[in-house]
Amino acid sequence: MQATLELIEGHRVLDPHPAIPVWDVDPYDEAVLHDPYPFWKALRDRGELVWIPRYGAFMVGRHEVTKEVFSDHDRFVSSRGVGLNDFKLETPWRAPSIILEADPPEHTKTRKVMSRALSPKVVKGMMDMFRAAAGEIVAPLAAKGGIEAVTELAEAFPTTVFPRAVGMTDANPRHLVDYGAIVFNAVGPDNALRRAAMARAPEVAAWITAACARDRLTGDGLGALVYAAADAGEITHEEAAMLVRSFLSAGVDTTVTGIGSALWCFSQFPAEWEKLRADPSLARPAFEEVLRFTSPVHTFARTAGCDTEIAGFPVPEGAKILCALGAANMDPDRWGDPEAFRIDRRPVGHLAFGAGIHGCVGQNIARGELEAVLGALAPRVARIEPAGPAIWRPNNAIHALDRLPLRLIPS
Amino acid sequence: MKLTFIAHDGTETVVEARPGDTVMSTALAHDVGGILGECGGSMMCATCHCHVDPDWTAATGARMDGEDDMLDCAASEVTQTSRLSCQIRLTEAMDGLVIRLPEAQV
Repeated sequence: MQATLELIEGHRVLDPHPAIPVWDVDPYDEAVLHDPYPFWKALRDRGELVWIPRYGAFMVGRHEVTKEVFSDHDRFVSSRGVGLNDFKLETPWRAPSIILEADPPEHTKTRKVMSRALSPKVVKGMMDMFRAAAGEIVAPLAAKGGIEAVTELAEAFPTTVFPRAVGMTDANPRHLVDYGAIVFNAVGPDNALRRAAMARAPEVAAWITAACARDRLTGDGLGALVYAAADAGEITHEEAAMLVRSFLSAGVDTTVTGIGSALWCFSQFPAEWEKLRADPSLARPAFEEVLRFTSPVHTFARTAGCDTEIAGFPVPEGAKILCALGAANMDPDRWGDPEAFRIDRRPVGHLAFGAGIHGCVGQNIARGELEAVLGALAPRVARIEPAGPAIWRPNNAIHALDRLPLRLIPS
Repeated sequence: MKLTFIAHDGTETVVEARPGDTVMSTALAHDVGGILGECGGSMMCATCHCHVDPDWTAATGARMDGEDDMLDCAASEVTQTSRLSCQIRLTEAMDGLVIRLPEAQV
C-alpha cells in the first residue's frame, strides 16, 4: 500500500489489495439512485468487500460486514466525514456536525444530551400532539380520495409537527425539507446532485442557523432541552446551537421519506394494509419493515482510522468505506425472503437507523410520527391504491419518493 | 457458553451464547420472548430492559454512560440490578449468566 498526496473526491488515493474484487461502476449514477435494488444485489454478489475505482473507495453491502464497518467506531471513524470527503484533508462545506461527524470521547458528551432530549419518555409526551395533527391532516385527504402523497401527506405532517416539537417560532417548510436533502446530497461525490445542493446551501443554511438561535425557540420544546444542557454546563451554548441544527438536518427530510415510503409499500402490498387495519398494534412493527424494505438512508461512509482488515482483506488507514445500508437490509443471507414485505416480520437488526453509538438518535420521534400517521390512516382508509407511477428522487444518501399519486378509498 | 433467561412468569430458557455478542442479540437470536430491542442496540429505547441475577452483577459490571437516562424510560420497575441488555457484552467469564426479564417492555 502506498499513499500519495493526490486526492480523489477529497480523500487519499490508495492501491487496494489485488485480491479485492474491483467493480467499475458509479454507485451514485442517477439511474442507480432511481432504482437501487439491482445495484444492491450486484454489490452483494460481488463479494464482502468491493473496490470502486471511480471514487477510490471500498464498498460493502452484505449485512454482517456492513453492520461491522458501520458500527465499529473504534476502527471506522465518523469524524473524518460520513461521505467521500476526508475532513482531515479537506475543509468540509459546513462546520462538521458535533454528533454525526464526531468520535468518542467528544461524541459521548453530545450524544448523551441528544438521547436524553429525544428519549422515549419525551416522545411519549408529544404523542397527543402528533395524533391530533395526523388526524387533522389525514381526515380531509381520506375524504378527497386522489392525492399527491409526497407533498400532501409525507411533507405536510413532519413540517407541521417537527417545528412544534423543537419549539421553532420560524417555520419555513420548504427550507426545512430542503436542508435535509442538501446535507444528505453533500455526502456524495462531486456530481450534479451535490453541486445543485451546494448552490442552494448558502441561502438555506443561513436560514437554518438563524432559526436555531435560542431567542428563536420556545421554552418548552426539544431545542430548550438542549440549551438547558448548556446552562447545566454539559455542553457550551455554541454546541447547543449546533445540536439544534442537527435536529433540523436529520429530523425532517428523513421522516418525510419514511412516511412516503410507508404509503408506497402499502399501495404495493394491499394485503399488508388489511393486516394493519385488522390489528392497529402492528403500526410500529410495520414501520420497521418499511424501513428495512426501503432504507430511507441508503448509503453513508466511514473512514478507516487505522490500518485494519475487512473480511480478511487489508484496509489501510484513511480508506473510505461506503456502507450500502439498503443492500444490507435486502440481504437474503440475513432475512431469508427480503423481497417479501411483511409488516409482522419484526426485522430487528435492520440498518436503516444505523447501528451502535451512531444509531439514529431521533429514531423514537420517527417511530412516534409514523405511529401517529398510520394510526390516523388505518380507521379512515380501507385501501391505498396507486393512481399513477411512483417517481423516486435521486439523492446521494436518501432513497426517497419525489411524487406518489395515490387514491385513498375511504372506509 | 450458556445463558439462562427467566421470564416474568418463572419460565426458564437456557440458550447457547457466544462471547462478544450482547445479551439482547442473544435473546433475539433465540426468540426469547420478553426482549424487544426496538432500537437494535443503540441505547435509544428501553425495550431490552432486564435484571441481572444478583450472583452475576459483578461479572456484568456497571451501567454504561447514558444507560441510566434510558432506563428511566423503561416500562417496568427499575431496580439496582436493572440493565439494558444491549449494553451487556458477553465474555467467557459470564458462562452460566442468569438474566431475569421484566413484566413488560412497552
